[in-house]
Amino acid sequence: MIALAPLLFVLPALGALINFLAGRRANAWGHWLGVATVVASFVIGLLLFFETLGLAPEERTREVSLFDWIASGSLNVDFGLRLDPLSLTFVLLITGVGSLIHIYSVGYMSHDPGRRRFFAQLNLFVAAMLILVLGNNFVMLYLGWEGVGLASYLLIGFYQDRPSAATAAKKAFLMNRVGDVGLAVAIFLIWLELGTLQYTDVFARIGEVPGGTVLAITILLLLGACGKSGQFPLQSWLPDAMEGPTPVSALIHAATMVTAGVYLIARTSPIYNLTETGRLIVSLVGVVTLLIGAVIGCAYDDIKKVLAYSTVSQIGYMILAVGLGPAGYALGIFHLLTHGFFKAGLFLGAGSVMHAMNDDVNMRHFGGLGKHMKITFVTFGLGYLALIGFPFLSGYFSKDAIIEAAFAQEGWQGWVFGGAATLAAGLTAFYMTRLMIMTFFGKERWRELKGPDGKDYHPHESPATMTVPMIVLAFGSVLGGFLLYSIGLYEWLAPSVGELRELEGGVLPHALVPWLVVAFSLLGVVIAYLVVGRRPTPVERPSPVSVPVRAARRDLYANTINETLIERPGIWLTRALVFVDNRGVDGAVNGIAAGLGGGSGRLRRLQTGFVRSYALSMLGGSVLVVAALLAVRFA
Amino acid sequence: MTPLTPPPIDYAAVAPLLIVLGAACVSVLVEAFLPRHQRWPAQVALSVVAIVVAGVTLGVYAGDAPAQGVITLGSTMAVDMPTLFLWGTLLVLGFGSLLLIADRSVEPGGAFVASALERASAGAAPGSTTGPSGVDPEHVDRSYGAPGDAPTMQTEVFPFTLFALGGMMAFVAANDLLTMFVALEVLSLPLYLMCGLARRRRLLSQEAAVKYFLLGAFASAFFLYGVALLYGYAGSVRLSAIAEAAVGTDRSDALLFGGLALLIVGLLFKGSVGPFHTWTPDVYQGAPTPATAFMAACTKVAAFGAIARVLYVAFGSTRWEWRGVLWAVAIASMVIGAVLGLTQTDLKRMIAYSSIAHAGFLLLGTMAITQAGTSGTLFYLLAYGFTTIAVFGIISLVRTADGEATHLSQWAGLAKRSPLLAGVMTFLLLALAGIPLTSGFTAKFAVFSAALSDGMAPLVVVALVASAIAAFFYLRVVVLMYFSETPADGPTVSVPGAFTTVAITLGVVVTLLLGVAPTLVLDWAGAGGFTG
Repeated sequence: MIALAPLLFVLPALGALINFLAGRRANAWGHWLGVATVVASFVIGLLLFFETLGLAPEERTREVSLFDWIASGSLNVDFGLRLDPLSLTFVLLITGVGSLIHIYSVGYMSHDPGRRRFFAQLNLFVAAMLILVLGNNFVMLYLGWEGVGLASYLLIGFYQDRPSAATAAKKAFLMNRVGDVGLAVAIFLIWLELGTLQYTDVFARIGEVPGGTVLAITILLLLGACGKSGQFPLQSWLPDAMEGPTPVSALIHAATMVTAGVYLIARTSPIYNLTETGRLIVSLVGVVTLLIGAVIGCAYDDIKKVLAYSTVSQIGYMILAVGLGPAGYALGIFHLLTHGFFKAGLFLGAGSVMHAMNDDVNMRHFGGLGKHMKITFVTFGLGYLALIGFPFLSGYFSKDAIIEAAFAQEGWQGWVFGGAATLAAGLTAFYMTRLMIMTFFGKERWRELKGPDGKDYHPHESPATMTVPMIVLAFGSVLGGFLLYSIGLYEWLAPSVGELRELEGGVLPHALVPWLVVAFSLLGVVIAYLVVGRRPTPVERPSPVSVPVRAARRDLYANTINETLIERPGIWLTRALVFVDNRGVDGAVNGIAAGLGGGSGRLRRLQTGFVRSYALSMLGGSVLVVAALLAVRFA
Repeated sequence: MTPLTPPPIDYAAVAPLLIVLGAACVSVLVEAFLPRHQRWPAQVALSVVAIVVAGVTLGVYAGDAPAQGVITLGSTMAVDMPTLFLWGTLLVLGFGSLLLIADRSVEPGGAFVASALERASAGAAPGSTTGPSGVDPEHVDRSYGAPGDAPTMQTEVFPFTLFALGGMMAFVAANDLLTMFVALEVLSLPLYLMCGLARRRRLLSQEAAVKYFLLGAFASAFFLYGVALLYGYAGSVRLSAIAEAAVGTDRSDALLFGGLALLIVGLLFKGSVGPFHTWTPDVYQGAPTPATAFMAACTKVAAFGAIARVLYVAFGSTRWEWRGVLWAVAIASMVIGAVLGLTQTDLKRMIAYSSIAHAGFLLLGTMAITQAGTSGTLFYLLAYGFTTIAVFGIISLVRTADGEATHLSQWAGLAKRSPLLAGVMTFLLLALAGIPLTSGFTAKFAVFSAALSDGMAPLVVVALVASAIAAFFYLRVVVLMYFSETPADGPTVSVPGAFTTVAITLGVVVTLLLGVAPTLVLDWAGAGGFTG
């Protein structure tokens, strides 16, 4: 059975290759090929999962070595797979959600001339993501890491004729590079210290590395995680990435790729276990991000951007969780899985709404859509309830567990982490309720408006290829949390990330926390109803508005900060360097060249063509050689 | 009177030399007794067979030659590992040059003729700027074929080549200075003559021959004077005797160092090392291109083989006294070659200055009196020789109605009309510049690293700077070929005959092979040291 493991990523890679190379011939069947390869991967993943489930817990980590990939001096890298509970969990998430989204895309992209290219890129993404989670060493991780970065870049810029899409793709790529450099340097450091990049060797021997270096490695790994997962301070690319087609937003920028950072930290948990400071920094990043995401989410009118900031915020929860160490790794993965379901469902719902509304994303143009698209409304509504942590839906289990763990920290950390997480839960309830009300309830504002393409709106339910995945994901949103919790996800993950430590101590009684969170969420819902639901929503954005709203609308000035701190000095530096290059370097080079050329021209005249002068120069040379030799001897 | 006992001769060791010189003598007889129309095929066959047989003999002998070498012919010849390697190099390079010399398809009738009148009788196109024109047909010397006949070739060039080759082989094996002097003259005299045989631009060719002869005689005089002083010092002309005398006597060193200085001047002249290089550009430009190829490749091998042997065997123990002077010579040579090459407008002159710069690089290897220095020098000679032969082979293909188009401006835009030729030329120029994956890089690396490990770091820095400067003029040709507009009356590219094709292919393949897999040849080159 384990021999099938390479097929997991080989099949989608083949799908991508065929779709890329076959050209127009594949237009008719390319998308179905894409779907088939990912579904096949999912089936293989299931088989491997059940096989592993049958093994004793200590035998569940297995390695498959495929071939020697890099053998150069003391650097030896195996192209090998690590099949353990953590990687298999990710495999199921990636291929499972991936399959649904591939099916959904068949309907969503049915009118797009670039559909084959789209599926090729989507398959490429799935293959790269599977390599990322399956590799048994850091170089394969990096290969997958860069692969998903490439696929993400291509897919964000899929509508390449739109300048905004091209810009967003570039932005995502550049900000990811910043993170990638961190990851690369972390890998270099590990190799420098240990001379190996295999997970097993590194984790067995990481204790030999001095503490300062371990801290540096953890911070650099975190930088990588921040880039890929849209965490502070590299969060601002993720909302812009919504320029891509909606299935992409669902698959890559909500369910899978952006969780790569969480995977990275969970995978390298033996390193993080060694450094308290490193974990603290991780948690702080998570807390800052989850607040930023929740605050900005309240101010946007673009349905996809609200969901995007919601994603930023939810990944912040996961990062916070994995930053809590052995008490949190499994919780982070748990939230990652439930979030994968309900956020993918929400995005697909948003896509369905856009599909019905002439690709409009402005919620102020929506209203009262619930009657016109019942399946979308119900599935979206269930995703919404799961996200805000409605009791016994999946978000309730996973998010509450994280908040409980946060409050279980001692001292200021318990108050800060727990408090921020609870506050953000309230904010989440607010902005999601606002989104629900503006989209599905209230007055049908679109009746008096024209769409962005100048046509009237005709809201309608989407085709079955789109609604079926939404229904499946809605089931996941409702039941996923409970199922995963009751079948023992924590014990299942234990061989990979360690036993989940029981919560003890902390700043608040544990029984109180769920009540507190539910209360805050309820408060958020009520406020949203009072602010949005009871008044007619203006079609135009109101302005002027209060200072916090203005700040939130401008992404809490993240772009401004980036521009002032990075872009401007960068431009100045470039200009200065160009100046130095033109005047200084080129000047010196040209000067030397001119000098040599001039010298050559003058020396050339010595070559007169007369034998007598040649003989004279030989004689001169000979006299010099004789004189010099005698002088050396008798000096 | 005591009876003369002939010294024992190790015929197996010197067989390649005897074969080449014997073939040269037979070649003279062929020239004297065969009718004119049979001479070319006979001479080509004889020369090729002689070189191939000599090569096979050499290979057979080298297979189980004693590692420390053999001194034979009454201690006048040292057949050691460097000798065997140099002989092998000379034979393969000689073979390549011979193919270029024998070719009659590129220049109808071959590049060699004896007299100015021959050109007219050969029906060559008029309009040469330097050749005589308007020859009265009544006074044409008909002995080399009637007008209207297919143009014929001066087949004396074949015995010349064989004699020169034999002289070079004796030169690099000579174990005493008098033998070396005789070998020097044997190799030089045919070369002087070969320079004057060009079919086109006769005046330039004859001027080159005279200049080369006069300056060569001048240099020979220096050499001979040096031999005399050294004999006065050591009481013997044997290299090992000089080395022994330098270690174990209290005689005046003025004779030793004066002698060394004059001797080395004579040798540096042959190797076209600056500042004794002045003949090189004029002769390279004036001589028929196949002869230039022969001189550039084989003479360089012979001269540096001899320099390495003299320095290693006779003056190894006094290296700290003479090394500083040779530093200066090497620097002068590298700088002159690289800087003056910048403003050359004639391709053959440019290659001449390139060879002067290369001579400076080679001197680095010979100055390092170490095993690595010797093997690096030997490798460099082989690599450089093949590249140079191929370069001159290419140059001989680009022609106008008036002969070879050697002016740089005529090469502009050549890549558009003949991409293959331009590609090959580019590769060879990159090899001369020392770019990796060509033999030029490996060779420079071998020589420079030998010099570096023998304490010549500053010199290596100068050499690297000179290489960088020289790269400019090689790359300029590449840029010209690829990025310039073709002139309206540009040259045409001849389709090479079989001989030239083989010679160029051989040069290119070896240049590539030595760049990619140099170890085999480096192992041969490092198989053993000089024997004194």
